[in-house]
Amino acid sequence: MATTIPLPTVAGFRRQRWLARFVRRYPMGVAGGVVIIVMAVTAALATWLAPSDPLRTDFLAMFVPPGANHLLGTDAFGRDVLSRVIFGARTALLVGFSASFGGATVGAIIGVISAYFGGTMDLIIQRLADILISFPIIILALVIVAILGSGAFNLIVAIALSFVPRIELVVRASALGIRRTAYVEAARAIGAGHWRIIFRHMVPNVVAPYLVMLTSFLGQAILLEASLSFLGLGVTEPTPAWGLMLSGAAVDFVQRAPWMAIFPGLAITFTVLAFNVLGDSLRDALDPRLRT
Amino acid sequence: MERSRSTAAGRSRVLGIALLAGVLVVGLISHPTTAQQPRSGGTLSYVVSAEPPSFDAHRETTFAMLHPIRPHYNLLVKFDMPNYPKVIGDLAESWAISPDGLTYTFKIRRGVRFHDGSMLTSRDVKASFDKIIFPQGDVVSVRQATYEMVESITASDPNTVVFKVKWRSPSLLLNLASPFNWVYKADLLARDPHWYERNIMGTGPFKFVEYVRGSHWAGVRNENYWMKGRPYLDGYRALFIRSVSAQVAAVRSGQALIEFRGFSPAQRDDIMKALGDKVVVQEGGWICNNLVVFNTKRRPFDDARFRRALTLAIDRWAGSKALSQIAIVGPVGGVMRPGGPFEAPEAELVKLAGYGRDISAARAEAKKLLAEAGVPEGFTFELLNRNIQMPYEFVGIFLIDQWRQVGLNVKHVIKESGPYFADERAGNYDAAVDFTCDFMDEPDVQLHKFTSADRSPANYGQYIDRVLDQLYRELSRERDPARRLRLIRQFEKRALDEKVWQIYVLWWHRIIPHWAKLKGFKMGPAHHLDPDLQDIWLAE
Repeated sequence: MATTIPLPTVAGFRRQRWLARFVRRYPMGVAGGVVIIVMAVTAALATWLAPSDPLRTDFLAMFVPPGANHLLGTDAFGRDVLSRVIFGARTALLVGFSASFGGATVGAIIGVISAYFGGTMDLIIQRLADILISFPIIILALVIVAILGSGAFNLIVAIALSFVPRIELVVRASALGIRRTAYVEAARAIGAGHWRIIFRHMVPNVVAPYLVMLTSFLGQAILLEASLSFLGLGVTEPTPAWGLMLSGAAVDFVQRAPWMAIFPGLAITFTVLAFNVLGDSLRDALDPRLRT
Repeated sequence: MERSRSTAAGRSRVLGIALLAGVLVVGLISHPTTAQQPRSGGTLSYVVSAEPPSFDAHRETTFAMLHPIRPHYNLLVKFDMPNYPKVIGDLAESWAISPDGLTYTFKIRRGVRFHDGSMLTSRDVKASFDKIIFPQGDVVSVRQATYEMVESITASDPNTVVFKVKWRSPSLLLNLASPFNWVYKADLLARDPHWYERNIMGTGPFKFVEYVRGSHWAGVRNENYWMKGRPYLDGYRALFIRSVSAQVAAVRSGQALIEFRGFSPAQRDDIMKALGDKVVVQEGGWICNNLVVFNTKRRPFDDARFRRALTLAIDRWAGSKALSQIAIVGPVGGVMRPGGPFEAPEAELVKLAGYGRDISAARAEAKKLLAEAGVPEGFTFELLNRNIQMPYEFVGIFLIDQWRQVGLNVKHVIKESGPYFADERAGNYDAAVDFTCDFMDEPDVQLHKFTSADRSPANYGQYIDRVLDQLYRELSRERDPARRLRLIRQFEKRALDEKVWQIYVLWWHRIIPHWAKLKGFKMGPAHHLDPDLQDIWLAE
C-alpha cells in the first residue's frame, strides 16, 4: 500500500492546498522559483528579447560602457553584453537541465535496481559509486571532459555522469526501505516481474528525494558548466555562455571593461542561488523529519 | 706676469676640467660594462603557452616544442641574434662555399659530446640532415620541400660534412640555420627514426631533467658543454600555462621572468604598470601570421568560387585596426611579412581578393559567388582551431563573425595542439585556422607551404598546383632581387587570388615584456629563434 510511505506522491505535488502551504511557508523558495521561471522564459524568448545578435561584432563599439545604446555595455569584440547574457541563459538551462535530469534519472534508476536486487550486483554498484563519489564533482567532470573533448554535448555527458553516483546513493537508501514493504511483497507474490516491480512500484516512491536532488543538481550543473567553460573545457567561443563570458578577454580586460565580467557573473550568482533556495525549500517541504 | 699667472691658472682649470671629464667619461663607459658582466647561476623560469605535440623538431612547426626543448640541442649553424640575420657556426667550426656555389663544406667542432657521453661526429650531422632533407618511409619532415636544391650530403671524414647542391641557392646557408634543424645522434636514428619523437638526446647546453605534462619541462646545465663558460644558467624550467591571464600573472609575480612568444598590448601595459622599471619591453615585426587552410578534398571547399567568397567576406583592414588593440595580430599582408624585404606594397595588395577597401562590394561579390557555387544561405561548416587563446581564439571569433555576414554558419572546434595538428595532417577538418611562423624573411622557407601536397607535407589543404610548384622552383633559383620580387607577386596572385588555396588573415606584431634582470636576450623577428638559452643570464 503506497500510503505507508510517509512522503507525498507525485499527485500530491499537484494539490493546490500543498502548493498554497508551500508558498506561505517558503517565500525564499518561491522567489527562487520565480527567478527560474523568468530565466526560462527569457531563454525561450531570447531571439525576441535580446536587443541584438549576440554573435555580431562591432569594431566601432568595442568596450562601450553600459549606457543607452548598450544597457550592459559591449565586450572586446563590440558584442552586446546584454544580448549575450540573455542567450547565455539558453546555454545554462540547456546544459543545466539536460545534465541534471539525465544524471539524476540514470542515478535514480541504478539506485533502485541496486536496492531491489541486492547481493553481488548491489555490492559492485556501491563500490563503484564509492570510488566515483570520492572524487570532487568538478574533478570528475574535468576528467570526463578531458577524455571526451569540449563541446555542449560532451559537457552535458560529463556533468551528468558526475551526478550519477551521488543520486544513486540517496535513492538506493530510500529504495531499500520500499523493497521490504508489504505491497512490493504482494506484487511479487502475484507473479509481477522484476522490472514491473521496479518501475511500477518502487520508482514512483522515490520521486520525492529524486526531485529534491534534481533541483539541487540544477544549480550545481549551471555552476559546473560555467566553471568548465571558464577553464576552456566547455562550450567554445563565440557561443554565448556565462562561464565563457567570464574567461578569455573578460579576464584580460577586467580593469578596462569590468562590465564584461560583472553581468555574466551576476547572472550565474542569481541563477544558482535561485535553484539552491528552491531546492532547499523543496527538501524542507518534502522531508517529513523537517516538517513542523 | 698677471697674464702669465692667469694663463697658467686657466691652463690648470682646463686641465682639471679635462681630467674630470675624462674620469666621468671613463666612469660612464666602464660602469655599464661592469653592470653587464655576465654572471653564472640561477634557474630561469619562463612561460610556454602550449605543450609539445612531439619532441622531434624535424617534424614539428610549433614553438610549443621549440621553447621547452631547444636548449637540449645544437644546430650546425645558427643565427647570431645580436646581429640577425648573420649566420655563425654552432656545431660547425667553419665552412666554405665553392666558387660555383654548388658545394658547402662544413668543419665540425671536435670534442663535442652528446649528453650520454658519446662523441659527436660528422656522421651524426649527416644522419640528422638526411632525416630532414631525405626522410625515409613514414618519417615526416615538414620542411623537406625547402631543401629541394640539396643533391647529397656526405661525411667525408669524422669532422667534415659536405652538402652538394643542384643549383646555386640564395638562401641555403640561412635555411640550414633553421632553429628546427637539431642535430641528433646517428646511432639512435638508425635504430629507430621515430626515437626522437618521444625521447631527448642532444649536445645542447642543458640536459633533460623531466617533463611533467600540464606542468613543466626542466633542464639542468650540461657541465660538459663544448663552449667553455656556457651556459650561464644552472638550469631552466619551462612552465606550461595556457591561460593568458595566468601567464601575465606568472610574469607579474616573478614566478616566470619571460614568455618568449609575445603578449598583447593590453597585457604589456598590465605588466608594465605592475612592475615599473623592473621590466623592459622589446617590440618589433614578427614573421608570423594566421591563415586559413581549406580542405580541398571536401565539398564545397574544392570549389575556388567558394574559397574566394570566404576571403572576400573578410574585412582585414577593419579587423587589423580593431584586433591590434586586443591581440598580437595587426598588420595586413600577403604571403610575405609586411615591413619585410619582400612585402607587397598596398597598391598591389588591394588588388587581391579580400584585400580591397570596399568591404560592401566585396561581400556582395562573395554572396554572388556562393550562389554560383550552389552554397545555400546558412550553410554550416566547422572551423578547426587551436586552444591557444592568443591570438587563435581571437582570430577564430573574428572569422566566424565575418563569414556570418555573408550568410554562412560556422561551428568553432577548438582542440589541444596534439589533436589539432593530427587533424590537420589527416585532413580531418573543413577549414582550419592555421599559421606560418618562420625564422627569416625568405620565400624559400615561407612559400613551400603552398606548394603541392605531394611535395610539401605542410600543405594541409591537400591540393596539387603545378603552377605554384614551378613558380616556387624559379624563386629558389633566382638570385636577382628584382626578379625574385616579381616572382613572389605572381606566386601571391596565384595562391591568394586566383586559386585561393589558403588565405591570410592578419600578420602578428611581437611584444615581449620581461624582467630586467634577465640578460643576454635580444628579441628577433621570430619567436622560433629565441630560447637557445646558451647566452642568457640572470643579473641577480
